[in-house]
Amino acid sequence: MLVTKTAQAGSTANSDVLITVSPSETPGIHLQLKSKDVVLKLFGEQIEKVIMDKAKELGADNVTIKAEDKGALDYTIRARLQAALERASN
Amino acid sequence: MQKNARSMYFVSGNEPKMLQNAPVFDPDSIVIDLARRVPATEKDSARILVKEALRFLDYSNVEVIVRINPLSSEYGLKDVKTIAPVKPYAFMIPKARAEDIQALANLLSEIEKAQGFEEESIKLIPMIDNIVGLESVHSTINASSRVTAAFLNAEDLAADYGSKRTKEGDEILYARSKVSMACRAAGIEVIDTPYMDINDSEGLEMDTEKANLLGFTGKAAIDGRQVETINIVFDASLKQAAFPQTYI
Repeated sequence: MLVTKTAQAGSTANSDVLITVSPSETPGIHLQLKSKDVVLKLFGEQIEKVIMDKAKELGADNVTIKAEDKGALDYTIRARLQAALERASN
Repeated sequence: MQKNARSMYFVSGNEPKMLQNAPVFDPDSIVIDLARRVPATEKDSARILVKEALRFLDYSNVEVIVRINPLSSEYGLKDVKTIAPVKPYAFMIPKARAEDIQALANLLSEIEKAQGFEEESIKLIPMIDNIVGLESVHSTINASSRVTAAFLNAEDLAADYGSKRTKEGDEILYARSKVSMACRAAGIEVIDTPYMDINDSEGLEMDTEKANLLGFTGKAAIDGRQVETINIVFDASLKQAAFPQTYI
């Protein structure tokens, strides 16, 4: 999946996540996760794993992913990331 | 339908919080809406969200129905092709015609075969929401054995014949009677239009009783708080039916 432009999916409503993806000049997947401190402390690694696993599954590369989490469950994170990546690659 | 669906609770397909909380209100079925409650710019994202939700969330105590976009739009078929592989209980079809039902039934057969699902495990629920649909309800609901219920959407229907909806519902008496009797004759369930004032529980109760008397087997809810009232009215009706009065 080739990311050619910046795109977003999701929202900052409770239980959702706002994902922004954009092309990166350096190879790999560059993730910036933003959430409440307590969430990052307890679930930060898990959220990062969900995002990285889904990005790799979709074949994303040379991409920066910004995730603003509002308490999203795994399925929401996966869905919003896929939508953002598809929008960025169209 | 597998069980008598007294209450059918509509939620947006693009709001994770609603998708997660819907079973809490104990509806018999939930309708995840990809059409009216999702703006055009979010159709793609909502479709993926619903697919992931059906894989991830526990909906074991509720029938999950997905209301797709009209098949005449650019979204309808995409909705079906994306969601069918995660096996919802049924698809609700707006502006349904007999030929739409037959075409969808054929498409679902192909998907079910590819996925290894039992034939006809995914059901269809036509939405009666315009004049043509109302007058052809018999042929629509009999177009496929996948059709297990029909849903009367009186808001769109009344708008189609230029009528204003009222709480009393006199303007939809003909539509309610026609859809109800057609479905009863076909041996399928029939779900009544929602009561639009979510803060009027007394009005909801009266409207549900009216629908019940006209032969409806269930009613739509647009707010979780409406579910309990709807369930109570239809439960009371079933109890009365179990103890018929004897007349001299």
